[in-house]
Amino acid sequence: MAKIHRITPHARAKASKSKHGRYMLRLFTSGTTPRSTTALRNLREICETDLEGNYDLEVVDIYQEPGRATESDIIAAPTLIKEEPLPTKRMVGDLSDRPKVLLGLAIAGKSK
Amino acid sequence: MQRLSKKRTGLAVLAKTVERLEKAPTGIVGLDEITLGGLPRGRATLICGSAGCGKTMLGVEFLVNGIREYGEPGVFVAFEETKNELVVNSAALDFDLGKLVREGKLAIDHVHIDPNEIAETGEYDLEGLFIRLKYAIESVGAKRVVLDTIETLFSGFSNTALLRAEIRRLFQYLKSFGVTAIITGERGENALTRYGLEEYVADCVILLDHRVRDQITTRRIRIVKYRGSRHGTNEYPFIIDERGFSVLPVTSMALNHKVSSQVISTGVPDLDAMLGVGGYYRGSTVLMSGTAGMGKSSFASALARSTCEGGERVLYFAFEESEKQIVRNMRSIGIDLQPHLDSGRLRIVAQRPFLYGLEMHLVSMHKEINRFRPAVVVVDPISNLISAGTEREVSAMLTLLIDFLKTEGVTGFFTVLTENGGRLETSDTGVSSLIDTWMLVRDIEISGERNRGLYVLKSRGMNHSNQIREFLLSSKGIKLVEVYLGPSGMLTGSARVALEEQERDASVRQADDQEIKRAQLERRRKAMEAQIEALRAEFEADAVEVDRALSLESKREKRALDNQSAMAKSRRANGHLSQNSNRK
Repeated sequence: MAKIHRITPHARAKASKSKHGRYMLRLFTSGTTPRSTTALRNLREICETDLEGNYDLEVVDIYQEPGRATESDIIAAPTLIKEEPLPTKRMVGDLSDRPKVLLGLAIAGKSK
Repeated sequence: MQRLSKKRTGLAVLAKTVERLEKAPTGIVGLDEITLGGLPRGRATLICGSAGCGKTMLGVEFLVNGIREYGEPGVFVAFEETKNELVVNSAALDFDLGKLVREGKLAIDHVHIDPNEIAETGEYDLEGLFIRLKYAIESVGAKRVVLDTIETLFSGFSNTALLRAEIRRLFQYLKSFGVTAIITGERGENALTRYGLEEYVADCVILLDHRVRDQITTRRIRIVKYRGSRHGTNEYPFIIDERGFSVLPVTSMALNHKVSSQVISTGVPDLDAMLGVGGYYRGSTVLMSGTAGMGKSSFASALARSTCEGGERVLYFAFEESEKQIVRNMRSIGIDLQPHLDSGRLRIVAQRPFLYGLEMHLVSMHKEINRFRPAVVVVDPISNLISAGTEREVSAMLTLLIDFLKTEGVTGFFTVLTENGGRLETSDTGVSSLIDTWMLVRDIEISGERNRGLYVLKSRGMNHSNQIREFLLSSKGIKLVEVYLGPSGMLTGSARVALEEQERDASVRQADDQEIKRAQLERRRKAMEAQIEALRAEFEADAVEVDRALSLESKREKRALDNQSAMAKSRRANGHLSQNSNRK
């Protein structure tokens, strides 16, 4: 069971002022449901292997912060939003379809 | 069991049997009647229909009425419109959604779905939507929820099996909150909704429809299904105007309206007398049919004026003329409607018949009547409505209108324009049997003139005159004139005037004749006297002549005698007298 990581306001501010090319990711999870934990595990793996630390990740539990689900227009859970670099991309599901996730993150070339 | 033993009379029984199912009134005119109280409380109702048929507006009005009239806060989940669009669109219908949101009575959540933005990367559910819904419901303490249009989800997500499962779960979720929900769905080709939402919403399904025929749109509503409740099964026309939804409830019509023996004046004293009871019965329906230009509107205006003068309200639906035109034209026959318009007792609603479909007209009339509460309703003319529907539809719809007026105790005055040459008695759009007082105005063509005649074809419960009366429209108003019967029937117009003239002048003319005779006699006397004078003059002349001749003769004789005597004197004899006279 992966622990839900929540970043501090300081980290969020830092993340929003990300340098060019730095990934700004936000994962909306529904508590500790199997899909959400799978999604977080899959995302961590991709981030470590493909983004090599060049990323900021915020994990939002919509059960804890339902207002943010409305704010970010979340329908499905889990949902990963790639805020930066633009264009914004949304990925729904547990992120187990790795090629699709990489395509969504626009880092298909870097994998393998 | 006691209840069952009671006499079963239509809707009263229906109303009793629905008590078991609690309902949430929509506050929409007519809809609560056909659903016998509203939508099933604590359950979901599916509203389906094609694009632009008013699903969203129905949902908005359901929420707004819930807040304003029943103290039930609401949530609107918009899948198609943004919050701003929804607020702006609803402002056109006199709903200030922004204010309700600020007051914390309404929550609007726009769920934006862009298929291009979403990539599916594995298993998911719609927990995000559920959480938002819960969040919105709890933020205002909502009792009513509208989801418009949930099918949009199918455009954003490809896993339809999952979506269906989730939508089913969503409806259960809504029920768990105890909210009364409206879910809207787009009309499908062979099903009520494109994605078969009706399978999930088992409690109540309402279908909205708008069809275009002859470039006129007619909106209709039908309750397809209502579990646990009886409901009207027909298609009911409805409109959406600046004050929202309005459905014409057909089931509420029954022949049990109150009957009044009170009479209201027709506004034309002569006509009051002609009808036998002094006017029309209150709450009755009056039809005046006639050819063009016969004065139907004038009778309508006379009624309107006299009712307004009596302190009651009149609603005048004009399908031919504008308000200003009516006021001007009626002023020309001495009926001034302007003061009553100013005082608010008279309201003229002028519309072109082809503006709406027939049902729309009737729904809007229904709504106006409900709002204005008049004592008299004038429809001038109902025949123009035929252009908005077939004769059968017109008949059916007018039946509804007449029944409605009777139920409300409103006196109805309808005019019908009949075609020239057509039979007046048949061209009444099949409503004659519903009419209490039916009058005909017609032109009577005699000796190259067209005059106005009026007669009462029927009038229920009145000992009315059976005469055809001629009437005149002048600056002093409408006047029915005395009947003149000539050798070839009724006399009208100048023929009547001529006869009147004759009668009025008969004595004068007689006097004239005497005068003439007297004058003639005088002339003759004068002529005679002149003749006498002439004769006398002639005689006198002759007499003078004779006198002179005689005097000459006597003078000559005297002279002769004088001469003789002179000669005799000279001759001193009397024997030579003849010789001397010859020489002279």
